[in-house]
Amino acid sequence: MAGSRPGGRRGAPPESITTQVPTPTPDPGDGGRFVFRTRVLSATDLRRAHTRIAHEIVERNHGASGLVLVGLHTRGPAIATRIAAAIASFEGVEVPVGCLDVAFYRDDIGRRPVAPAGPTEIPVDVTDRVVVIVDDVLQTGRTARAALDALTELGRPRAVQLAVLVDRGHRELPIRADYVGKNLPTRYAEDVRVRLTDTDGVEDGIELWGPAGDGAGDGDGDEGAR
Amino acid sequence: MNHLLSIDDLDRAALDELHTLAESFLEVTGREIPKVPALRGKVVVSLFYEDSTRTRLSFETAAKRLSADVMTFAVGSSSVKKGESLRDTIQTIAAMGIDAVVVRHPSAGAAHQLARWVDASVVNAGDGRHEHPTQALLDTLTIRRHRGPAIDGLRVAIVGDVRNSRVARSDVKALALLGAEVTLVAPDTLLPPSLAGWPCTATHDLESVLGDVDVLMLLRIQRERAAEASFPSLREFTARWGLTVDRAARLGPGTLVMHPGPMNRGVEIAPEVADGPRSLIAEQVHNGVAIRMAVLWKLLSGGSGGGMVA
Repeated sequence: MAGSRPGGRRGAPPESITTQVPTPTPDPGDGGRFVFRTRVLSATDLRRAHTRIAHEIVERNHGASGLVLVGLHTRGPAIATRIAAAIASFEGVEVPVGCLDVAFYRDDIGRRPVAPAGPTEIPVDVTDRVVVIVDDVLQTGRTARAALDALTELGRPRAVQLAVLVDRGHRELPIRADYVGKNLPTRYAEDVRVRLTDTDGVEDGIELWGPAGDGAGDGDGDEGAR
Repeated sequence: MNHLLSIDDLDRAALDELHTLAESFLEVTGREIPKVPALRGKVVVSLFYEDSTRTRLSFETAAKRLSADVMTFAVGSSSVKKGESLRDTIQTIAAMGIDAVVVRHPSAGAAHQLARWVDASVVNAGDGRHEHPTQALLDTLTIRRHRGPAIDGLRVAIVGDVRNSRVARSDVKALALLGAEVTLVAPDTLLPPSLAGWPCTATHDLESVLGDVDVLMLLRIQRERAAEASFPSLREFTARWGLTVDRAARLGPGTLVMHPGPMNRGVEIAPEVADGPRSLIAEQVHNGVAIRMAVLWKLLSGGSGGGMVA
């Protein structure tokens, strides 16, 4: 759908991908194991992706009334806010934006430490509305499943749709996104890092990182292709 | 496996984390269906060797709102009456397969002892005159919700039966961890024999602190621990250390009044003050459920390696 965006070029050193942010985001938590591979989407690409998703949401739902955008902690709310701003700019409708914490509904509680990111806050009753769940990256689908459970406890939406900035494959549940910023085939061991000014304090962008020294610098996506 | 036995088990980061978690659970408790499936299949035992209304119900409500199963152990109708020891009792219960035990006991150190005997997480819900950590967590949460997260330098007075109070011991530690300035206010006979190592000051004179504190925390006169032997009469105690309507009028305009309950109305606090606008007593109980959800979640959700420092 969005596979031909310029930021998605493969096999080139990071410097040639984009001139806007030549230095990859430092992340001391990696202990040196993960290295920067490529910048997948630039700030401009991201803005276009938000705008396109906003248009698709309005087109699919024949307008923007009765919608509510629900972002999943931690980056979902920021993305939902941007999509809502885009809808407001061309449709003139203020779509309510909420945030949802799915920690208490995850299926891996007790298998690893699960930390709630913040309280759930949805400004309207979701019952009989079309809820668009918004998240940054779709991978296994387990977070989306937890979100469906969490939403069900809050009411009975007329329909639930899913919007993500990146679909990187490796699904473990029968879940798919309705709106996708970019389909990005990845290796399982790789890491897709979404950076937003609102949540991360750096310029918008999506980067692909991978384990150092496995030679998979081209991100050929053998495992994640769909 | 990790436990919550004392405020000493927590550092500043762990305390902050529990308070942040509690905000998430306050949202859950405000829902139409105030329940999440977070701890499905976990078994929480409440083991109370002393009477309790709010703490036991608060823990049981917290566990149920997390979808854990709750076993309530009533000492009065148990084999304790036949002489079964604490150790045999807990090992019998543990053999049924439990994940956490919430214990209140008249002896200081009982919760620590239990933690050595069982694999389950132990939460101290009050051990003798020693500690009552979840009360301190909810008290500090309540203060922070009113005064903002940074309460360093906040002036807090803890008034009344400090000597017999496990709440006071835990509160002093938790408040000190957050940088608040604590003053104990009580007659000598109701202060601990030594305040060495206590991060606070003490005075006998309630009048002198009234206009000067941000939070006034009152304690119950613990008649079951013979507190009345420490002063001539309840009337005399009230006359000098009770928060009367008169004294409440001399508090600063924003001063908050707290009491861990149960109250002796008319002794340490006048009924008009307890039910008045600056009283946070009902809110303390409300916040108690959320903080206990946070503690149970923190202890039971982590899997191996995750969890609280202990």
